[in-house]
Amino acid sequence: MMRNGREHRLGWGLVAPALLWTLAFFVLPFAGMVALSFARMEGRAIVPAFDPGNYIRFATDPVMIKALTNSFEITLVVTVISILLAYPLAAIIAFRIPPRWQRLALLLAVLPFWTSYVVRSYSWLLVLGQNGVINRGLSWIGIGPLELAATRAATVIGFVHFFVMLLTLTIYANLIQLSPNYARAAADLGASRWATFRLVILPLTLPGVVTGAFLTFVLCIGDYITPQILGGNNELTLPQLIMLQLGRSGNFPLASALSVILMGVVTLAYVFSAKWVRLDRV
Amino acid sequence: MTAGVAIDRVSRSYGTAKALDDVSLEIAAGEYIVLLGPSGCGKTTLLNLIGGFDAPSSGQISIGGRSMAGVAPKDRPTTTVFQDYALFPHMTLAENVAFGLRMRGVSRAARLARAAEMLALVGLEGRGNRRPHELSGGQRQRVALARALAVDPDVLLLDEPLGALDLKLRRGMQDELKAIQRRVGTTFVHVTHDQEEAMAIADRIVVMNAGRIEDLGPPKTVYLAPRTLFTATFMGEVNRIPLGGTLPFDPPPAGNSGVLCIRPESLSTAEGPLNLGPCRVDDITFFGTHQRAHVTSVAAPDLKLTVHLPQNSPVAPGQTLTLFAHDFVVLEAQ
Amino acid sequence: MKAIAWAYLAAIYSFILLPVVVLVVFSFQDGRLPVPPFQGATVKWYAQVLADRDLLAALGNSALVAVTSSAVALVLGFLAAHGLARVRLPGSVLMRGLLIAPLTVSYLIIALGLLNMFNQIGLRPSLLATGIGHVVINLPLCFAILYAAMGDHQKSAERAARDLGAGEVQVLWLVSAPMLMAPMAAAFFLSVTFSWDEFIIAFLLTRFDVTLPVEIWSMLKSGLSPKTNAIGSLVFLVSIMVVGFLELFVFRRQK
Repeated sequence: MMRNGREHRLGWGLVAPALLWTLAFFVLPFAGMVALSFARMEGRAIVPAFDPGNYIRFATDPVMIKALTNSFEITLVVTVISILLAYPLAAIIAFRIPPRWQRLALLLAVLPFWTSYVVRSYSWLLVLGQNGVINRGLSWIGIGPLELAATRAATVIGFVHFFVMLLTLTIYANLIQLSPNYARAAADLGASRWATFRLVILPLTLPGVVTGAFLTFVLCIGDYITPQILGGNNELTLPQLIMLQLGRSGNFPLASALSVILMGVVTLAYVFSAKWVRLDRV
Repeated sequence: MTAGVAIDRVSRSYGTAKALDDVSLEIAAGEYIVLLGPSGCGKTTLLNLIGGFDAPSSGQISIGGRSMAGVAPKDRPTTTVFQDYALFPHMTLAENVAFGLRMRGVSRAARLARAAEMLALVGLEGRGNRRPHELSGGQRQRVALARALAVDPDVLLLDEPLGALDLKLRRGMQDELKAIQRRVGTTFVHVTHDQEEAMAIADRIVVMNAGRIEDLGPPKTVYLAPRTLFTATFMGEVNRIPLGGTLPFDPPPAGNSGVLCIRPESLSTAEGPLNLGPCRVDDITFFGTHQRAHVTSVAAPDLKLTVHLPQNSPVAPGQTLTLFAHDFVVLEAQ
Repeated sequence: MKAIAWAYLAAIYSFILLPVVVLVVFSFQDGRLPVPPFQGATVKWYAQVLADRDLLAALGNSALVAVTSSAVALVLGFLAAHGLARVRLPGSVLMRGLLIAPLTVSYLIIALGLLNMFNQIGLRPSLLATGIGHVVINLPLCFAILYAAMGDHQKSAERAARDLGAGEVQVLWLVSAPMLMAPMAAAFFLSVTFSWDEFIIAFLLTRFDVTLPVEIWSMLKSGLSPKTNAIGSLVFLVSIMVVGFLELFVFRRQK
């Protein structure tokens, strides 16, 4: 069929540039990185090989395993706290605030988004630091000073701050497109407010929440800046460990292997939540 | 301008499903053809094949004697009024109507003049600067019509053009479509599933079912003398009386296979060619233009009929009437 | 119930806004540390920022990379979305997946992969290298937004244009693109924001000409300073103004 042939050529022509870009600058480098993760360092030279040494080193080095579990724990805690904080905020904005003020309320809720990313973590340092706002406040009422900066708690606070903004937006978008008739129908059939939420609203918004949670997970576990600025070097996360390999010893093969492991964790998270996550609807 | 369309043994399959099965049809230049049938009957597929949005699996379509094989929609002498109108929301009405001429390299002044003329033809003069979202459904429909006609196509294709309008508006637009077609003389091929709409505007109706043409002819023929039981039923309500066995009719129908079809309004108490004998009225309801009654034959209690009686006939349940059929056909049972 | 809702709002907004308020307030600190107590107001840190050539150069670099990489991502994303929405190609599900895949991969991994590859082909760390990386992260975003925006409405208008004699380029230029003006603007500005703010790719793929986040990062190493607050506040102010402008004059008009 002639028309189909012509259509196909046109379709390929349109898709080709994006596809080639993705292949050349995403798939190919990634494949190269996987290959490199099996290479060997001899002195400062990288020797191509098929050597699982880097992975073995990871599995047998408690510092590296600890970095992975640190990353994983922090990400999990951040994701859960962020959802628990963001859902009520999104719900209050969507259902309690008059429609004409909702846009303003949302803009206000994501206002810090508009400072620079690096600066955002830095400004938490001003709040949590040794001489920071919180410790000054506490000493004024005779407590403290607390060790807040350069702790896991600081990292978690910095992350939660960012992801509450992100999740509020995605959850709000989900809530607002629900027809108000769902809640009305449930109430009409005798459901209490809590039952309406638990049996109707929550299940309907769950896919959106899981998608948001997945994004949070991906962005959080791969982030270097926040733990580096707020957590310091007391306990390392996986991205910090990767950056250390690059900077200190130029050990690209080990950094690559650690990246492949990071990628594996993200893939596992995806498989875990794949039933719900709709990336095409992000 | 206008041209005829010849459809020669066209089939279209999607995988194993046959959307069109060996369809042939000659459409004369300047004719108003309506493709009528239930959803999934193949009428829209046929329209898409004529417009070039789809290609036949086998067979050939020619317009004005020229084969359309491999000709893209933009190069065909056809234009389409789409079901959802597909007006360009970012253009004014005049720009919408002038779009086809712009594609044909017509100068801005000339095409805007033509657009104004076409908008006037459909009763929207002076509104060229509006945008589609400011219009009602009926008005959008008119703009879509003006846009398709502005390039002076040989054949205009209309895909359920009135489907999105409410009933009253639809009846009004039918008359207008017909009048506009008479004025421009273009061949119109119009797809619908509404048999009243089909009868109101068609020169010829093509009844389709399951990928085939069931029947074709002027509205009156298709309605009163359908060729198949499907057509008879699809065109309107009909009493279907299986032949065979004894029927108390005078004269008794010949043959004892097939189905005798009589429309409710073809039955009355006035003397006619077929006497159905005395029938008892079971119930009767006033419908405005007529009264609708269910009756049972006195001689054959299994025979129940629906009859449309004149508005003013003084009939009550329990009464017995002698009924005559004025138009009827005997069709093969399916 | 109502009181709880308001209390919650107050608490969470305080949490969200606290660091920004601290940032802005102590950018006016008349002292060497941007922490309490507040020692009086001055704008000298702002003057220092505006006189800092490296900083201004980084700002220019960031703007250049953000606008260029977003434009490339938008064009590639638009063409791909149009192609995939319109033509049923074999393997189109796979292609959609591939185009969106970079969204699920940490920027660090993308940066590291590109750094390896660029080392091997001899492309030095530069704004060009960073720009290429930023297209990789923004292309899936533009593609996803535009693909989602191409509904049946869009398809049937394109069909009508073809029916009226428009060629493929004319369909793209006169119908598809103008109809998608709002989502295209959204995708573009979102991309600009992401690129503007992106740290790790820029950090690994630049050396001499750096972008603003990298420049700010190197300033952080020398400790807390009200000057950093001033930069952050300026970026914040400019962003808010741009967002306000877009909100008022671009997106509102689309409705």
